[in-house]
Amino acid sequence: MMRHFLEVFRGAEIVCIPSSSCVAMIRDHYPKMAAASGDAALKRTVKNMLPRIFEFTELLVDQLGVTDVGAFFPHVVALHPSCHSLRSLQLGDKPARLLAGVRGLTLVDLPEAEECCGFGGTFAVKNADVSAAMLSDKIRCVLNSGAEICAAVDNSCLMHIGGALSRQRCGVRVLHLAEILASRDSKGMAS
Amino acid sequence: MNSARDEILERIRDATGGATEGRQAEYAAIPRNYQRAGTLDVAGKLELFVDRLDDYGATVYHAREHDVAACVAEALRARGKASLLVPRDLPRAWLPEGFNFFREGPSYHEVDASEGVLTDCAVAIASTGTIVLRHSAGEARRALSLIPDYHLCVVFAAQVVETVPQGIEQMKAFVHIPITTIAGPSATADIEMTRVKGVHGPRALDVILA
Amino acid sequence: MSTYVGDAANAPKFQTAAKALVNDTQVRHNVRHATSVIRQKRAKVVGEMADWEQLRESGHEIKQHVMRHLDFYLDQFEKTCTAAGGQVHWARDADEANSIIVGLVKAQQAKEVIKVKTMTSDEIRLNAALEAAGITPYETDLADLIVQLGEDKPSHIVVPALHRNRMEIRRIFLDKMNLPELSDTPEDLAAAARVYLREKFLRVPVAISGANFAIAETGSVCVVESEGNGRMCVSLPRVLISLIGIEKVIPTFQDLEVYLQTLPRSATGERMNPYNSIWTGITPDDGPQEFHVVLLDNGRTKVLADREARETLDCIRCGACLNACPVYRQTGGHAYGSVYGGPIGAILTPQLQSMAHSQTLPYASSLCGACYEVCPVKINIPEILVHLRNTVVERGDAPFVEKMAMKAAAYVLESPEHLARARKFGRMAQSPFAKNGVISHLPGGLDAWTAVRDLPAIPEESFREWWLKREREAG
Repeated sequence: MMRHFLEVFRGAEIVCIPSSSCVAMIRDHYPKMAAASGDAALKRTVKNMLPRIFEFTELLVDQLGVTDVGAFFPHVVALHPSCHSLRSLQLGDKPARLLAGVRGLTLVDLPEAEECCGFGGTFAVKNADVSAAMLSDKIRCVLNSGAEICAAVDNSCLMHIGGALSRQRCGVRVLHLAEILASRDSKGMAS
Repeated sequence: MNSARDEILERIRDATGGATEGRQAEYAAIPRNYQRAGTLDVAGKLELFVDRLDDYGATVYHAREHDVAACVAEALRARGKASLLVPRDLPRAWLPEGFNFFREGPSYHEVDASEGVLTDCAVAIASTGTIVLRHSAGEARRALSLIPDYHLCVVFAAQVVETVPQGIEQMKAFVHIPITTIAGPSATADIEMTRVKGVHGPRALDVILA
Repeated sequence: MSTYVGDAANAPKFQTAAKALVNDTQVRHNVRHATSVIRQKRAKVVGEMADWEQLRESGHEIKQHVMRHLDFYLDQFEKTCTAAGGQVHWARDADEANSIIVGLVKAQQAKEVIKVKTMTSDEIRLNAALEAAGITPYETDLADLIVQLGEDKPSHIVVPALHRNRMEIRRIFLDKMNLPELSDTPEDLAAAARVYLREKFLRVPVAISGANFAIAETGSVCVVESEGNGRMCVSLPRVLISLIGIEKVIPTFQDLEVYLQTLPRSATGERMNPYNSIWTGITPDDGPQEFHVVLLDNGRTKVLADREARETLDCIRCGACLNACPVYRQTGGHAYGSVYGGPIGAILTPQLQSMAHSQTLPYASSLCGACYEVCPVKINIPEILVHLRNTVVERGDAPFVEKMAMKAAAYVLESPEHLARARKFGRMAQSPFAKNGVISHLPGGLDAWTAVRDLPAIPEESFREWWLKREREAG
């Protein structure tokens, strides 16, 4: 699959990825996998590709120097920093700064923000009970924050958190950061 | 011939390749960019030391060198005690009149029955409020500073260093005899993470800073 | 070869044990409280240290260096310890260690021993071996005492009775210490333990300890503690036996300057723990007049041989990873079925057993990385977890269903045509289950997700389809 990815994006000047876990995978593991393959051409391809890979907020804030994209989204939002964005990519305050540039948006603190939501890929099904227990803590914190929307830069976390919020009819929904930044009207839809 | 020893060492060499060259150079090249030297002046260092002692509930008596005995008396009065055990070589000048001081020799049970012990120290570390005892026959064998419920310790300002690396450096000089570092009265947080003082070691620790 | 880690080889799968614990409100409550308290304490004292990252780096590098030259440093330690009057024994596995120790105790004609906290002794099931030989071991660490009297198992590396609250402890003490009455305040409980153990400290002639550090340069041994029972055990009895894993050796006395800063802050959130005992061999007129070290392998050389997992041996047993772990927080230590639980346990336990047992432990993690963040010697636990998962798969031990699911996923994702076909099929297959864009229930094994979460339905138009349409309309 790595070879497929590299082939598909071979000609791209920039690859923008709205998922910190995918970017972490590429940065942390592609070089190791290429080295283990012993294929010199593959190693070179990976090496050339890495500088062109950007996570979505990295591209906006670091590369383009943009924190205000002219968005309008008059809602109360809490930001869940996914584990990869926090510890692997160390995005820091990039997502928060982008949300700060959104007109009408109120950003509230998420209690115990740095605690893992419990998705963890196959973990969510292989260790379903513990995953559910971790998720229960996370949505309790989301509800305590007073937010209407829980946002993140990773769809995997959002599917997990959103799935529980929806199941329990919490009255809180989830959105990817990009969806908020694309918003021009109060419904959160791009025009 | 010790076959377990040989087998374990062989397993290790199989696992690591058994390379021995360059070991010393490799050790010397280990990065050590943490703080080693102190940055405070003497007054600052002592203030930090006292702050740490306060933090863990030790009462600190300030004395000038010839006033140690007066502080010993004050501490004993404050604690309502009439006697202390002392190590064989503790300076007589430190012992005030009006109290009983028992020298060396008691059995563990006699030590247990005592009101407390008075010792000096070898070195103290300001940043962590640590007092270091070295245990040679004259300076208080280990049982003496451990079994009694009360420990009164004399620390001279000149013995206080600022950082842990500096303290370890000093300790190297007497590593051939047992060393105990003390940073507070005995404590546990094993019951619901509630910190409780005084399980087995002395429950009360006072310091005379001279 | 009898390399084992307590009863871990017979422990239930992590998922099974975890299921029961997740539903135990008492355990969850106690574990959450304890880990929250200690996280805060750690954060405060670590936050004070401007050179924390440098200390971590050096702590890591020193250990890595030791492991590369472990044979040299163990040999040096044996020489220096022996020169100072100590006697060094080597044990290839648990059974051999037990046999040596029982032999040493019997040579004293002793029927009782006092013990300082050492998880290594739980690893080799020392207490059972002693009891089988007619020797009674008394645990003297308060938490280990609680666990021993409660006929229970430890659930944390540093705070083994973390799963017990004060009411439970009071009950255990009342029953086993034959006390007429006892309150449940921590102060009174600790005082009861003090009295109960004091008479043993002053009387029992043989003690067994572990060690936090064995210093090769000087032959010294260092025990780190808070309560004072360690000091009691290593300085009062006539004979002292220290059981030390071979990975505990460090090169020089000066190296303590790193670990004596990082260990207390990481383990109990203190700048310095109340007591450290450092002794070298025998000292005439003070303390034990006979000192034995039992150096233990029990699978450690296997871990050493695996380059990618070798740094597991760097662990200084601070427990910070357990406190930081969001999985441990939900289950406590018993879910791991091993004396070593939490993140470090998940990598150490299966490896000591040559990956033949405890294979569900490397999967007991969402790979969030919180453990790596707090580890004072920078062990990359998430990376080793993934490596061990690879090992499980390569051994052929992964469940059949999982293997099939991975093959299917690879097929779907490896080409846009396969993905498009899967999407079409998915839209058809989901129609009985999807209402208003939400799937609340899936049949059979797929219900692992939908038991507690909704699933967004595959949308009518995917991003790809929307994008292509947009391109076409733009001309």
